[in-house]
Amino acid sequence: MTTPTPTRSAPLRRRAAAGGAWLYWWGGVTLALLLYGLVQALLLAPTEATMGIYYRIFYFHVPAGITGFAAFGVNAAASLWYLLRPRKAADALALAAAETGVVFLAVNLITGPIWAKPIWGVWWVWDPRLTLTLVIWIMYVSYLVLRQFTPRSELQPRLAAAYAMFLFIAVPIDYMAIRWWRTQHPQPVIFGGPNSGLDPHMAYALVVCLLAFLALMATLMRFRHRQEMLSHEILRRQRAAALKES
Amino acid sequence: MASVVAAFAAAWIVHILYLFTLGARQRRLQQALDSLDARER
Repeated sequence: MTTPTPTRSAPLRRRAAAGGAWLYWWGGVTLALLLYGLVQALLLAPTEATMGIYYRIFYFHVPAGITGFAAFGVNAAASLWYLLRPRKAADALALAAAETGVVFLAVNLITGPIWAKPIWGVWWVWDPRLTLTLVIWIMYVSYLVLRQFTPRSELQPRLAAAYAMFLFIAVPIDYMAIRWWRTQHPQPVIFGGPNSGLDPHMAYALVVCLLAFLALMATLMRFRHRQEMLSHEILRRQRAAALKES
Repeated sequence: MASVVAAFAAAWIVHILYLFTLGARQRRLQQALDSLDARER
């Protein structure tokens, strides 16, 4: 029996394996929460009086939007962290958070029109909430595209961090859009004033779905963050090996 | 009912597609790591 030759990748591989164990454990919790949320949303939550069965889309549409914006919040915090103390981990977290946020906001933007068509009779209207959400999604996609096509240098993460700070300004404006302006989009049911609120069973289903989406966001973000840190390490070693050979 | 199923399916499909891209990226990183190991042996 031969012992494998130890390489410099061994610590990286050990770290990757540790990440794998965490991923299986946390991924299992997330999957269980997602399945429980699905049962709550589709079967156990009461049917809404005016919209009927279509209201069940709410249990995916709203948590996807909140989770997307939470991910953009993490992106802004990590960007601020990078601007104050430039660390690769902060830049990698900003990238992971932006990518995860784009995925969740895409779910929000796809499920919205599917819900709107049977209720409003149209797929889309250019009202402030819908338009701002689409613009924010495009802006974060542009952030990812710019990062992808800019060569890695000391300046790139600083510019990305500064850009991300400006991008996040649009998020609270989008949150307030249905409070500040008359919109086709429904008025808020949570923190929406004295005439708003949810049936307790509906609120429970919403909270379960929100927790499931937030757990999924944490899983995806952590996995993507590890990948980015690993790619930094690989690039560093590739450069060192190239220098050694030249 | 079709709209509800379509919305739930869309949400799952978007996430599964993203998981595939993460998996593909992980494979690329693993290959890069393997080739570095091979160079160092």
